[in-house]
Amino acid sequence: MGGLQKKKFERGSATNYITRNKARKKLQLSLPDFRRLCILKGIYPHEPKHKKKVNKGSTAQRTFYMLKDIRFLMHEPIVGKFRDYKVFVRKLKKAYGKTEWSAVERLRENKPTYKLDHIIKERYPAFIDALRDIDDALCMCFLFSTFARTGKCHVQTIQLCRRLTVEWMNFVIASRGLRKVFLSIKGIYYQAEVMGQLITWLVPYQFAHDHPTDVDYRVMATFTELYTTLLGFVNFRLYHSLNLLYPPKLDGKAMSELKEEDEDDYAMNSECYLEKLSALSASLSRVVSATEEEDAELDQFPVEGMEAREREQKQQEAQKKLFEGLKFYLNREVPRESLAFVIRCFGGEVSWDKSVCIGSKYEVTDETITHHIVDRPNVDKQYINRYYIQPQWVYDCVNAKIRLPVEDYFLGVTLPPHLSPFVEEKEGDYVPPEKLKIMALQRGEKPANEQEEDEEEEEDDDEDDEEEEEEEEDDGGNDEEEETEEQNLKTMQEQSSQGKSLQVKVTPGKVTVENKARLEQEEKAEEKRLAIMMMKRKEKYLFDKIMFGKKRKIREANKLAAKRKAHDDAEKSKKKKARK
Amino acid sequence: MDDRRGNVQSSEQKEEMKKVQEKTTKRRNKEKEELGDEQILNLNNEPPEEDEDLSDSEDSVYSGLEDSGSDSEEDEEDGSDGDVTVDSEQTHQAEEKKNMTEVKRKDDEYEHDSSDEEDIRNTVGNIPMEWYRDFPHIGYDLDGKKIYKPIRNKDELDDFLDKMENPDYWRTVHDNQTGSVIVLSDEQVELVNRLQRGQFGDINFNEYQPSVEYFSSDVMIHPVTNRPEDKRSFIPSLVEKEKVSKLVHAIKMGWIKPRRVEDNSRGTFYDLWASEDSSILSKHRMHLPAPKIPLPGHNESYNPPPEYLFTDEERALWEQQDPSDRKLPYVPMKFSSLRQVPAFPRFIHERFERCLDLYLCPRQRKMRVNVNPEDLIPKLPKPKDLQPFPTVQSLVYRGHSSLIRSISVSPSGQWLASGSDDGTVRIWEVCSSRCMKTIQVGGAVKTVTWNPNPAVCLLAVALNSVVLILSPALADRQVVSSSERLLLGDQEAEAAEDTGAVWSEAEGEELNQGIRLKVHHPKAVHQVVWHAKGDYLASVMPDNSSHLQVLIHQLSRRRSQNPFRRNKGLVQCVSFHPVRPYFFVATQRSVRIYNLVKQEMTKKLQANSKWISSMAVHPGGDHVICGSYDCRLSWFDLDLSTKPYKMLRHHKKAVRGVAYHRVYPLFASASDDGSVIVCHGTVYNDLLQNPLIVPVKVLRGHVMTHDLGVLDVTFHPTQPWVFSSGADNTIRLFT
Repeated sequence: MGGLQKKKFERGSATNYITRNKARKKLQLSLPDFRRLCILKGIYPHEPKHKKKVNKGSTAQRTFYMLKDIRFLMHEPIVGKFRDYKVFVRKLKKAYGKTEWSAVERLRENKPTYKLDHIIKERYPAFIDALRDIDDALCMCFLFSTFARTGKCHVQTIQLCRRLTVEWMNFVIASRGLRKVFLSIKGIYYQAEVMGQLITWLVPYQFAHDHPTDVDYRVMATFTELYTTLLGFVNFRLYHSLNLLYPPKLDGKAMSELKEEDEDDYAMNSECYLEKLSALSASLSRVVSATEEEDAELDQFPVEGMEAREREQKQQEAQKKLFEGLKFYLNREVPRESLAFVIRCFGGEVSWDKSVCIGSKYEVTDETITHHIVDRPNVDKQYINRYYIQPQWVYDCVNAKIRLPVEDYFLGVTLPPHLSPFVEEKEGDYVPPEKLKIMALQRGEKPANEQEEDEEEEEDDDEDDEEEEEEEEDDGGNDEEEETEEQNLKTMQEQSSQGKSLQVKVTPGKVTVENKARLEQEEKAEEKRLAIMMMKRKEKYLFDKIMFGKKRKIREANKLAAKRKAHDDAEKSKKKKARK
Repeated sequence: MDDRRGNVQSSEQKEEMKKVQEKTTKRRNKEKEELGDEQILNLNNEPPEEDEDLSDSEDSVYSGLEDSGSDSEEDEEDGSDGDVTVDSEQTHQAEEKKNMTEVKRKDDEYEHDSSDEEDIRNTVGNIPMEWYRDFPHIGYDLDGKKIYKPIRNKDELDDFLDKMENPDYWRTVHDNQTGSVIVLSDEQVELVNRLQRGQFGDINFNEYQPSVEYFSSDVMIHPVTNRPEDKRSFIPSLVEKEKVSKLVHAIKMGWIKPRRVEDNSRGTFYDLWASEDSSILSKHRMHLPAPKIPLPGHNESYNPPPEYLFTDEERALWEQQDPSDRKLPYVPMKFSSLRQVPAFPRFIHERFERCLDLYLCPRQRKMRVNVNPEDLIPKLPKPKDLQPFPTVQSLVYRGHSSLIRSISVSPSGQWLASGSDDGTVRIWEVCSSRCMKTIQVGGAVKTVTWNPNPAVCLLAVALNSVVLILSPALADRQVVSSSERLLLGDQEAEAAEDTGAVWSEAEGEELNQGIRLKVHHPKAVHQVVWHAKGDYLASVMPDNSSHLQVLIHQLSRRRSQNPFRRNKGLVQCVSFHPVRPYFFVATQRSVRIYNLVKQEMTKKLQANSKWISSMAVHPGGDHVICGSYDCRLSWFDLDLSTKPYKMLRHHKKAVRGVAYHRVYPLFASASDDGSVIVCHGTVYNDLLQNPLIVPVKVLRGHVMTHDLGVLDVTFHPTQPWVFSSGADNTIRLFT
């Protein structure tokens, strides 16, 4: 043994990580600035594999960043801007203190600002990366655009968010990219397919927010700053991909139509354009005057699964034209923006009362209206040649990709449950019967009568039961077989004991039909059990875990099915009582 | 014009002046508010004086100044005054002043400052009158005598009567300053009315006089003043030059930045990804994109199917749980229509939490194990291919009245001996399950073993501290006689010294039962084992504190010896090597192998278990299995290592007995969980190939009694049958 003694924590993982405070000191930033920088640059802490080693022997709870990340932050020009801003604030304070108003004014004018363009480019080197990450940006912008213009954040931010979200919605309408909509208790989920990426965003219901006190709005504002920039660039690119003008311009024809109305009623001139845009009723003007979509004929390649893909494409095309030719009228109590967005995304025409929003196209009295969407128990004056339906119909149709029968959605009717379109049931999962019904409709089967339906339900129940039984078998397969064995043994014992007690009477023996399949199954099960006994400990652990998860899933599905059955039974008995 | 210029130049002075003025106006306003109406009336009594006083005093503050500026300033003041009456008053004054020429005003300055003309009735000046409220007087006269308040004895009633009767009541005013009552004259009333109407107090004043325009848009041929321009208006100012140079320097040094051009580019966007070059892509560091928010399920719907709603119990449970433990962060709710859906109260919280996750959560790529559980199950040869092995229970041997600790099959395979806690040894016929003999031995039997030598028919039984040698006489005469002959060997006398074992022959009744020899031990005997040749047998007396735990007896010479000189731990069981002169001793945690010829330890096997319960040696002699009370069965390959080749955790409870089959590659383990597990264990002659161990059958049949299941297990010497004895007083044969 020779050489120098190795020092601890000077090589290996200890040198790859840096604690948050050290990083902050290295960058010479205050904690809020450091936080902001991390948010903007997308730097997140790392969990080292050997925490104690990295922590230099201490086990205290610390946040670690990769040293590489921090080095990367050191070269960020925005850090300089942060420092400038700090200086600016200091100078301003000084000027205020000295009551040098001219200095204050001068400083104000020279307030340092920064742009995030380069950060966006750096974080998302390809456009598709940006699209992939746009979910959160959309959610945040939609939330901020619903904020009141007082306190909490700058009015400009709110306005920008509103503008960007409206642009986004207009783009989705123009590209007909909406796929799924879901009315949840939190808000409305939308899922659109943009350039092959599924993008999901959540829009809160239109209510004033009860601003919580335990939320740090500075963090949210920083995120929004980043997200608005990102969303703006994405919008720009998307608009150009569809040959639309950006910033969006309304179609000339639509524009003139809208002009007729007196605009002063709605908003100031400066805001009027955005309002009109956000009405979502008019189409956008294109750079090249719209020639009806010329789909380049795809060359046919004999590839596996081509047919399925084609079928899917066809289905999608059909879905895009779901509401084409229908004319909707929204009553004033329904959520206008959401419905207008959804209907327009699928090619329907939509209008509303003039006093609700700018941009209504036709009146209630229009005879050509096919669907009137109402969310109240009844309407005084009803026109004969249109359906009065509740808003859920629109959303359910979108999710089912077909026009569902309107009977279930008439006024005053108890609505069928609204199901999440995002759930894809796998084998063994619980499928609510409503979903089965919709699937049957999709397959083109006609809905049966009430009674038949009942029967169907019963059948469903039976199926469920069977499933349960099977699952139970899976559960307690071992025990059961053991039990049977034991029973066999017992009977044998009894027989032997009977033999001992010299029962003279000889009864003709019955040939016990041996169920071959059953026997085989049993044999296989036993084989498996014995093999499981021989598993290595690690594998056994994993296996047990997997099996536990599976069993839990089955249990949950069973629970849901049982609950449903109980509910249906209760309903039925109620009905019967009512009949009596 | 001169004045104005002067004013400009002495701007500082002017500012100062303004401040003072502001202060005085403020003061005045306050006073007025306090005094209220009466004050005004008082003022009216002695028209201009008081206010004039004040304004004069102002003047005196900046007496060095020209007066012309003060006009306009005072006007400004007036504008700021809130009180209407005061306002008009002051304008009245201003009007008066206007009428005066400057010179005259200077003369008048002291005319109005007439403190000696002050009303005699009020000597206290302009002070709050509350100060004199509790005194009978107000102020003092020149002689220093008190000036008494007019006697006021009017009460409410008088006041009322006065109000009713006195026609001048409405114009009667109480002067607070003197405490006297004043009846206003007609002129005074008129004045008040005019002021209230917002008119000038002076009737003769014409508000609508044509104004004289000093400055008009018309250019006159003559200048207003004929004064020549100053020199200083032609030469550049030094002060200004200094200032400018300072600014220039500051700009040069970058201390003052030019006004920034308004940057509107924040909200404007352009094609950021116009040139997507792959160089950036490759440069991009390793980055894990944040996972997306999981998509909502049916239970988040505003109108979910009924099964997704909480029942009362579920809801109660949800409310009890800590928010971090809840499976769902919200309670599913059902609304009959969309208009009834309220705002989600935690919306902003959830967004905020997502933000926190995005920038505070450490990210880690976790490889999700995506294994088909079927693939994890090892591929073993099918038990079907490994037959024969016992599969079903075929016979039950009943007769014992207490748990059966030990069983043994005779080397011929015809007889089965069993020893029970009820103090009997029974001998059964294997094929018929018939009890051939019952031998009362008078004590709980720990072990029974047949002599493995097929030429003799002897049975060794261990109970209490005695080992009995029985000759059950259940064989050919020749065999019986040979065994009797073996027992007749002469005793060596000196045996007892170091071992403490005493040999004695059985007599009387015992002899009739078949008991031939008794070997008395100093301690309780737990186990007795025959050597394969049948001449030697070893007995175990577990005792932690002594080296006298194992005795080896030679039957033919009736001799006992203690092979060990040192205590190496509590001995659990012992066994002879089937062919070679080796002796296996299992202590609590290890198995020692001794060479009996060389008289030394050759190997020590670490069992990796807490407490060995039983041990069996493979008929080949190269493999050992050990059962332990911590549910394990360890297989040792003696050629391979001193560590177990395989640990089998098949049993749920303590393993009580293990056994090898003499012919077939089978071994069995019996456990307290009531099961006997038969495994296939092929041992290859090729040393490179490891033994193949496959569990082939789990045999159940014994009933659990007192938490004990199967106590002993043994194989039939020739057939693939296995016997097991249990705590339920039965012996079972599986074939």
